[in-house]
Amino acid sequence: MLKPSKTSVSLRRRLSNGLALSGITLATAIVVVPLILIMGTVAYHGISGLNWAFFTQMPKPPGETGGGMANALVGSGMILMIASAIGIPMGIGTGIFLAEYGRNAYGDVVRFTADVLNGVPSIVIGLTAWALVVVTQGHFSAFSGGIALGIMMIPTVSRTTEEVLLMVPQSVREAALGLGIPQWRTTLSVVVRTAMSGIVTGIMLAFARIAGETAPLMFTAFGNQFWSTSFREPVAAVPLQIYVYAISPFDEWHRLAWTGAFVLILLIAGAMILFRFATSRGIMRETT
Amino acid sequence: MGVGIHVRNLNAWFGTKQALYDINLEIPANQATAVIGPSGCGKSTFVRCINRMHETIPEARVDGKIQMGDTDVYGRGISPVSIRRRIGMVFQKPNPFPTMSIYDNVAAGLKLNGFHKRRELDEVVERSLQNAALWDEVKDDLKKKSGISLSGGQQQRLCIARALAVQPEIMLMDEPASALDPISTSKIEDLIFQLKQDYTIVIVTHNMQQAARVADHTGFFLMGKLIEFDKTEKMFTNPTDKRTEDYITGRFG
Repeated sequence: MLKPSKTSVSLRRRLSNGLALSGITLATAIVVVPLILIMGTVAYHGISGLNWAFFTQMPKPPGETGGGMANALVGSGMILMIASAIGIPMGIGTGIFLAEYGRNAYGDVVRFTADVLNGVPSIVIGLTAWALVVVTQGHFSAFSGGIALGIMMIPTVSRTTEEVLLMVPQSVREAALGLGIPQWRTTLSVVVRTAMSGIVTGIMLAFARIAGETAPLMFTAFGNQFWSTSFREPVAAVPLQIYVYAISPFDEWHRLAWTGAFVLILLIAGAMILFRFATSRGIMRETT
Repeated sequence: MGVGIHVRNLNAWFGTKQALYDINLEIPANQATAVIGPSGCGKSTFVRCINRMHETIPEARVDGKIQMGDTDVYGRGISPVSIRRRIGMVFQKPNPFPTMSIYDNVAAGLKLNGFHKRRELDEVVERSLQNAALWDEVKDDLKKKSGISLSGGQQQRLCIARALAVQPEIMLMDEPASALDPISTSKIEDLIFQLKQDYTIVIVTHNMQQAARVADHTGFFLMGKLIEFDKTEKMFTNPTDKRTEDYITGRFG
């Protein structure tokens, strides 16, 4: 008989199935466990310092207990606002260009440049913003920090935008053009709209990445021990403050650094959830 | 009302590859005209030349003259967008806009061209869906459900409604029923029968029974050339050209 025995086949299959399943489970664990450990450690050390004062009070000199990061939170908000105002529109615009009009040599150059920019160390981007903005204006500023982080957003946003736009089927574009809708309208109101949830994912990735950046802010936003809401002055930023506190010799500052890191993670996660919620109203759902 | 289409010496290329050779024919107004022929014979390219969709493909080129009513489709200063507004198109695979509701799908052609009067849009959407024989099936979830949540046959009727909403003079249908089951197919065919009162219809089809059922005239394409064009009845009972007869009787293609 050619028919192999039933039990031996099912045993082999069950074995290989079990092996493969434990393999991928292990791989997932290797990815997830360090993440949970990091989050757990930050939460464990940070949660004790979490109180209202952290959000409302200014940093205190070493030796005094208490104090908070009010100025750094505001500073980070200002810097991220400028960065988003630069990085999101330029990134989306570049992505649309690459996907819809970039099938040529110029598109290839732009694509390559974006990829290289993505790989440039963030401190180099900080130095670039320093040379372009800080040196010409003659002072550190929230504005220059926003420019540095904005530049960092562009490649991530543009490449993800391009990729999700290319995933929109050609038939959808043809449907719109066939209705007598002009090309630009088709791109903005049909193609971009169809790919919106993917573009939002790209924006969130880029935002999360820059929100924790420290190096590009060192020579741009510079940091500030005092309260400042001027875009033209140096401002404090949460990652900068964490860095300064973490390398200091004071226990009280270490404690604040942990809390700062914990709050930073919470804020980024909160911003993502808000953003996702705001852009997924109604029946707009991700589709094939 | 529909308008007739006059095609003179139409040639079309993809890059250096010629897809259509010297096509000449007259498509009568307010009738259904079928275009048949084996795969790759240029049927789709032909209808896509009528509404200037052919040129949206990189390196594609057209030469010759197409007249729709009084308008020279490829005339100087005539924009493809203005032509496409007067010609509706239904594609082989249903292609509703995935992120839009049923209502927005139908209203898209008007809304995205800057027409926003609420009440009139409501009327157009209802009338178009009724003409596409879909109204009764979707009237309760117009804004709740997305276009792609419908079944394949419903999606195709939605696409027909979407094309009707801009009140074209001509409807081009590129194998509109080839991806559908027999019940949906017969619904679409019934629809074509009704639509030709108001529109000139050009339908590309692989299905010769379908051509025989719905079309008044039929054109047979082979390797980029129009072999024969005549009344459907004549084409299917007493074709002039040997190749038409061979194709219709299933001897090739």
